[in-house]
Amino acid sequence: MSEHVIEVKHLSKSFGDHEVLKDVDFNVDHGDVTSIIGASGSGKSTLLRCINLLEKPTSGEILFHGSSITGHDTDPCKYRAKVGMCFQSFNLFNNMTVLENCMTGPVKVLKKNKEEARSTALKFLEKVGMAPYINAKPRQLSGGQKQRVAIARALAMQPEVLLFDEPTSALDPQMVGEVLSVMRQLANEGLTMIVVTHEMAFARDVSNHVVYMADGVICEEGRPEDIFDNPKDPKTIEFLQRFTNR
Amino acid sequence: MTLPEGFFPRIGFIIQNYYGSFLSGVGNTMLIALVSTFIGCVIGLGVGIVQTTPTDKEKNPAAYYIMAVIHFILNAYVEIFRGTPMMVQAMFIYYGSSMVFGIDLSMYQAAFLIVSINTGAYMAETVRGGILSIDPGQTEGAMAIGMTHYQTMTSVILPQAVRNIMPQIGNNLIINIKDTSVLSVIGVMELFYTTKGIAGAYYTYFESFTVTMVIYFILTFVCSRILRAIEHKMDGPDNYELVLSDALTMGEGNYRVRKPESNTNRDLAEKKLRSSAESAIEKGNQREGL
Repeated sequence: MSEHVIEVKHLSKSFGDHEVLKDVDFNVDHGDVTSIIGASGSGKSTLLRCINLLEKPTSGEILFHGSSITGHDTDPCKYRAKVGMCFQSFNLFNNMTVLENCMTGPVKVLKKNKEEARSTALKFLEKVGMAPYINAKPRQLSGGQKQRVAIARALAMQPEVLLFDEPTSALDPQMVGEVLSVMRQLANEGLTMIVVTHEMAFARDVSNHVVYMADGVICEEGRPEDIFDNPKDPKTIEFLQRFTNR
Repeated sequence: MTLPEGFFPRIGFIIQNYYGSFLSGVGNTMLIALVSTFIGCVIGLGVGIVQTTPTDKEKNPAAYYIMAVIHFILNAYVEIFRGTPMMVQAMFIYYGSSMVFGIDLSMYQAAFLIVSINTGAYMAETVRGGILSIDPGQTEGAMAIGMTHYQTMTSVILPQAVRNIMPQIGNNLIINIKDTSVLSVIGVMELFYTTKGIAGAYYTYFESFTVTMVIYFILTFVCSRILRAIEHKMDGPDNYELVLSDALTMGEGNYRVRKPESNTNRDLAEKKLRSSAESAIEKGNQREGL
């Protein structure tokens, strides 16, 4: 049997009285590219943030390679070193150059020596097309460039899973293209990815698993061709219609 | 020595006869202000960092309650020293330390102690504000690559927070330069106390304090300009260089075998850049020639 990389079991999350996630279950296997789609406020980002332990689940369990990470005895730092994340607002370290941004993690967290960290960082910066900008500070870059650096920073940790929280929502159409092409390339190389996105074309063409969320529950999930061409849940149908009619 | 008539001759007379006293007053004032501001910043940084350290009540209840006690003590420190005049604190500590604790502080020890803890109380709040003002996204970015709270603080948050509170550090230094004058109540020979002595000798209060006024202004003005320059330097250059040559990107690690054609492509691109730069220079020269 194949072991799931990430298993989410009966996950619930409330902020005060507001229940954002209600009993969510889903699995991610090695090499999967999972897209989570749905309207704003449906709990997509919260689910992703729970998976990276940036939010503490109210109840339920998350398993990583079969062992629970939501208990008291897991070290969130060690876990997060294996599960990277890219944010909508990039969150690059403003006090560091592009190269330093990509070297800090490997040096401080993985305890690599500087030469090794530098060459890994350069390898990934080259991959996202940002190698010429290693001396720039984040404030000197455009949004698309920042997001590509953020992807390189996450990759430099050589994570098993990479989470993307609406990576293109803060970008203009041209920049969206440059970031998506990098993500497409990563998907083709077999990186396990969970992507919260509003880019339906990306969800359809690149991912092999699509999850549609509404009001804190998973309405429908399955292969992209099933969800996009043959949706069953009325909510999914309505949501997708709105996107295709644009 | 007779005191000349007129305002300016008198000022000349005072400077000529007492420049040594003025200088030693300035020396003491600046020494106390600089050292105490530095120590105060260290105290403030420490208190500010402790006050912004998160503790998880469920995960580690013991640490949570210890932190609660520490927080209470630190808050009390901040409130008491911000809420009472430094002149009163000076009297209280200088005389109180020997009467209650039997510690015989020298005037200078007392001076450094009072100004430092006073600055520390103000800086603690400034540092706390500086840390809280950093976008939470920075912390999340650091957490997402597995950094601990300590690593996040030292390499991401504090460098940015310290840059942001630099104007406030400068403010505190300037306040301290001026406020050392209250230490005259415990007899510290700083600039104000020295001036009082000089003024009393010939009864030239207006003239002497005119000189001192100018001196204080020069001290604070120079300090504020120096700090501005430091801030500017901390921001780094406005431009960055594109790294197009292979020498730098290859670095120490041979991370991949470069295909020959990609090499020639780079060379071509570089040649193009170089030649366009050269032609631009030539054009410029021609224009100048014309």
